[in-house]
Amino acid sequence: MQKTVTPSGSPRDEAYNFAYLDEATKRMVRRALLKAVAVPGYQVPFGSREMPLARGWGTGGIQVTAAVIGPEDTLKVIDQGADDTTNAVSIRRFFARVAGVATTEATAEASIIQTRHRIPEAPLEAGQILVYQVPQPEPLRKLESSEAETRKMHAWGDYGPMYVRLYEDIARFGHVATTYSYPVLVNGRYVMSPSPIPKFDNPKMHMSAALQLFGAGREKRIYAIPPWTEVKSLDFEDHPFEVQKWDEPCALCGAPDSYLDEVITDDQGGRMFVCSDTHYCEGRRDAGHRGRLLGTDAGRALARDGE
Amino acid sequence: MYVAVKGGEAAILATHDLVAEMRRGDTSVPEVSTAQIREQMSLAVARVMNEGSLADADLAALALKQAQGDAIEAAFLMRAYRTTLPRLGSSQPLDTAAMAIRRRVSATYKDLPGGQVLGPTYDYTHRLFDFGLTGTSDAPPSAMPSDVALDTRMPRVPDILGAEGLMEPETPPEGDPRPFDLTRDPVEFPADRDVRLQALARGDEGFLLGLAYSVQRGFGGNHPFAGEIRMGEVPVEFVPEELGFAVDIGDLTVTECQMVNQFKGSKHVAPQFTRGYGLAFGHAERKAMSMSIVDRALKGRELGEAASYPAQQDEFVLYHSDNVEAAGFVEHLKLPHYVDFQGELELIRRLRRELEERIAREAVESGVLPKAAE
Repeated sequence: MQKTVTPSGSPRDEAYNFAYLDEATKRMVRRALLKAVAVPGYQVPFGSREMPLARGWGTGGIQVTAAVIGPEDTLKVIDQGADDTTNAVSIRRFFARVAGVATTEATAEASIIQTRHRIPEAPLEAGQILVYQVPQPEPLRKLESSEAETRKMHAWGDYGPMYVRLYEDIARFGHVATTYSYPVLVNGRYVMSPSPIPKFDNPKMHMSAALQLFGAGREKRIYAIPPWTEVKSLDFEDHPFEVQKWDEPCALCGAPDSYLDEVITDDQGGRMFVCSDTHYCEGRRDAGHRGRLLGTDAGRALARDGE
Repeated sequence: MYVAVKGGEAAILATHDLVAEMRRGDTSVPEVSTAQIREQMSLAVARVMNEGSLADADLAALALKQAQGDAIEAAFLMRAYRTTLPRLGSSQPLDTAAMAIRRRVSATYKDLPGGQVLGPTYDYTHRLFDFGLTGTSDAPPSAMPSDVALDTRMPRVPDILGAEGLMEPETPPEGDPRPFDLTRDPVEFPADRDVRLQALARGDEGFLLGLAYSVQRGFGGNHPFAGEIRMGEVPVEFVPEELGFAVDIGDLTVTECQMVNQFKGSKHVAPQFTRGYGLAFGHAERKAMSMSIVDRALKGRELGEAASYPAQQDEFVLYHSDNVEAAGFVEHLKLPHYVDFQGELELIRRLRRELEERIAREAVESGVLPKAAE
């Protein structure tokens, strides 16, 4: 049942320009993208348009995707790592309608992957573009509420307060108590928010072969990590960065090394842990890997085996 | 029982059908027409035009119908449509001094050239239900035109003060450049007045009302006087490039408010009155008044005042007054966050475990073990 590329079922909606945005707007977004790629990790202000989807629901990512997508592209959209979450479905439908492009759930077959909160488990390849939806592009916002001030802090490389915050966690808890939106230093210059991906995914950004583009629609900022760029999660020599681990493997595919979602199975405290990356999980099951609960009622409900 | 958390395309499509059903309500009740909304819900239509930044009463009525009367959802529809429209150009500045007045009041002068014109206002109604409105009536409204025509000259109150040199002059920046367009370019801070006024004009009425109220109650330094509020029709003029002269392209109903505030002066500026400005589509007095108070509060930086209160801080006001953006971001919390929440679950379990281990360890070290049975 491995999903492959789905050609766009119906022709695109001719009432709108290809990929919804007009060409002048796309050019404006592309200019911002070029600047962002040239200055990795720097937040480029752009004339974010009002979109037919709500702010906070991916309008930044959608504008970036609309600016870079072409008729030959194959698009994958994930939310929480899954292709079938409601908003991912909604965004994929949007592009199928206004761009008429082929869509896929297979990570390797997608030329553009728009994501919210996750990086796929399978390593990305050269030529692929990962587009992140970003709610708050400013990693320093919780430390300094003024945009005028945080821009100065970036200009001066004044990242002391961020290290102090991490240090305070260590002094209090013995380790850094940030699990997502864990700040990174890009290309040795700008501290950047990786968007609210779990810190588990941070290492995948480092020296990635793929181009990583970030769009924050409501906050009107674009930033980028070009391929093969150093991305370092902030840490201390005596308290090196570490990622989450689980005590058990995925209950469906048995993967010992993927990010797991906790699923409540009853009201008696029963729970199971399954891959958040649904395509990765399906791929492993197709390859014969079996988790503890595959084939049980709970497993069937989650594994979409009934199809 | 296992509850599936992942939804699909069929479920999304079904929500669209359910919304349509809920919008229509009881089908034994006649459907409301957009013309009825436009004519009989004109204050709601004005609010949607203001917050949707688009002067089109028919579209605003459609938006209200489609959104079941939800003003913010209706403004969102207006903006999503507006963003696709090509920009042909900018009109000439509106001349509100030339307004065909329907209402004009000043709280700073008992009488003034042109007089006070109450016009249609709820100000002096008693808020008692008119149960006659529960039914329908064919009787035409009884308002009769006055025998005396309004004065053709209705100078704006700040202009009267300005003639005496008591009002801060407001002149366009050098060269009168085209104003910033915050729907096309990102706002940078500190924001200039054209940007601020634009943001306030499309800002949420309730949010601006609260901010204006905060200025009056003590979270702000100014005491505003309603120098003038006027409402009526103003002509819109446009200069097509191929003609080279201004053409009247129609009338707009607008409400304008100019608040007069004292300013004690500074080392280099003599004491004078300062102005807060509000302008809104349609009859929207509460909006125009709130806007003018907040506009004045935001002028503090130019006047050398401290920005101690929320209404005086441009970043705070401009970022948070946009209700379409605010609604989107607050409501995006409905989207799944279980990946991040999983991280938090893991962290809080770990922190609790570490705390329990530490307490147990310290108990052993200090020798105050729970006493064994004696």
